[in-house]
Amino acid sequence: MKHYARRLKVQDNVNTDYVISGRYKFKIQDPKELAKHIFEDIDPDFAARVMKGDILVAGENFGCGSSREQAPQAIRSAGFYAVAAKSFARIFYRNAFNLGLILVECDTDFIDDGDELELDIEKGKLKDRAKGLVFDTKPIPSVMKRLLRDGGVVEHFKKYGGFKFD
Amino acid sequence: MGKTISEKILSNHAARELRAGDVAICNVDFCFGQDGTSSIIIDSFRKLGVKQVFDRSKFRMIIDHSAPSPNIGVSEIHKKMRTFARTFDVGLYDIGCGVCHQLVPQKGHVTCGDLVLGADSHTCTYGAINVFSTGVGSTDLAITLASGKNWFRVPETIKVIVKGKLPKGVYSKDVVLNIIKDIGANGATYKAVEFYGEAITAMSVDARLTISNMAVEMGAKAGLMEADEKVLKWVKGRSSKVPHPVSADVDAKYVAVRTYDVSKLAPQVAKPHAVDNVSDVTGLAGVKIDQAYVGTCTNGRLEDLEAAAKILKGRSVHPEVKFIIAPASREIYLEAARKGLVETFVKSGCTVVAPGCGPCVGTHNGALADGEVAISTANRNFKGRMGNPNSFIYLASPVTVAASAIAGRITDPREHKARL
Repeated sequence: MKHYARRLKVQDNVNTDYVISGRYKFKIQDPKELAKHIFEDIDPDFAARVMKGDILVAGENFGCGSSREQAPQAIRSAGFYAVAAKSFARIFYRNAFNLGLILVECDTDFIDDGDELELDIEKGKLKDRAKGLVFDTKPIPSVMKRLLRDGGVVEHFKKYGGFKFD
Repeated sequence: MGKTISEKILSNHAARELRAGDVAICNVDFCFGQDGTSSIIIDSFRKLGVKQVFDRSKFRMIIDHSAPSPNIGVSEIHKKMRTFARTFDVGLYDIGCGVCHQLVPQKGHVTCGDLVLGADSHTCTYGAINVFSTGVGSTDLAITLASGKNWFRVPETIKVIVKGKLPKGVYSKDVVLNIIKDIGANGATYKAVEFYGEAITAMSVDARLTISNMAVEMGAKAGLMEADEKVLKWVKGRSSKVPHPVSADVDAKYVAVRTYDVSKLAPQVAKPHAVDNVSDVTGLAGVKIDQAYVGTCTNGRLEDLEAAAKILKGRSVHPEVKFIIAPASREIYLEAARKGLVETFVKSGCTVVAPGCGPCVGTHNGALADGEVAISTANRNFKGRMGNPNSFIYLASPVTVAASAIAGRITDPREHKARL
């Protein structure tokens, strides 16, 4: 499947206030409406550039700050297939997998905005077709893989009546 | 090999021996949501299809982030929370009760050795009273609300030792800003931090809560302290739960040990737009400000209000500065009124708003205009945090904020020596 990179201008420490500002998340409950405002405070035109199936590309500590689940929810509702970053903040990391949003950790320095990407989660590879580069992604922890396979934590919980990781 | 506080508390709640890196399902002693996160908690809880909450005494909803409601959208969220609370017969702290991170420990919902989840990133605050507490998203909270459990990865721990005696005009807020400057916004991601040292021991419990509150600003999962006599007295005075104090073993394994000597520390200020972008106040003196704010889960407690009032007493806020005060809880507000602090604030020209988060999250009570500069006792200064991406936020102690509000520019509080 073809994906295109949507790279954020601000590289590191992109917090969840930047993903979706508090002034929207407190009054808008519809994820599709929220998605229109993603990254507005740091890149006002960003939401308009996103196409369905894109991969969001960021730097270190992506998703730090507030615990707001509206952040991964809005990223998914905007049409993103996955997020590739050098590292993620922990609450965001849990929230994303709970909702079934794929996160991969790898070197993202060489990926430019608009590059065509190919993600193979099983093999742990992110290919930048525009540059002919292949990046190894850090193995996704088995708990997270399980949640993804079951379609998120709600579906996992309903399927087993609790957690089942073994 | 000995264990850290995190390894012990999580082991106690999983009924098996755990080490850093292990993943386990643990029983949770208390959980809660606030008005920015509860709407999705309710939606996710309903999707789980369970008939009732796991234990109605171990859950609360708290309306603090936008309270009273500034618009119809927020009013609908508040109504949804009140309806859920009635339907499932669970407790709710409504507008005016205070900030979640003040209410949860103050109302006695948690005690030493507990494992606590909150749908708010600053849930790490109660680490100061020896609670392993951490922030999660709404759906994670809904899972716990339904089952009383969640899964945890046991974190590695960084040991922080704070040595020395704090100089006049320097407070726990300055200490934690200085630590964040050193460790960085990403320096403790996925890890727990344990705080030790004579500077911590000398602090009141309220001052310690300020430090644990900001552990998440280094990425930490928890910011833990041991339970000394002060902590035990504090929790026993507020909670009927039996405390189970947990200390780390002397041979516990730490991924890093960092030592700070605060005996010569100057008041610290975090500059826009990152919490780890910290300088001594001396380098920033003179920056013109439009708004000042004392309050929040970081610094809205009684001793914070007392320290600010001491600087303000008998003086006026600069005519070009809006100074907003939000007590962290109704009880603190009342006590501040009894002690005459509210009168001092009002006479000085401050605006005292309802107990709660105040303007910290930018939804009400003082959103900034384009180009405006604020100095605040909050824990975050991200671009747009106080409602406007074209404004600038500095973070400091209540005393630095009060001194700056009088001068109309960032001011070293040590200029007011007699009032410190």
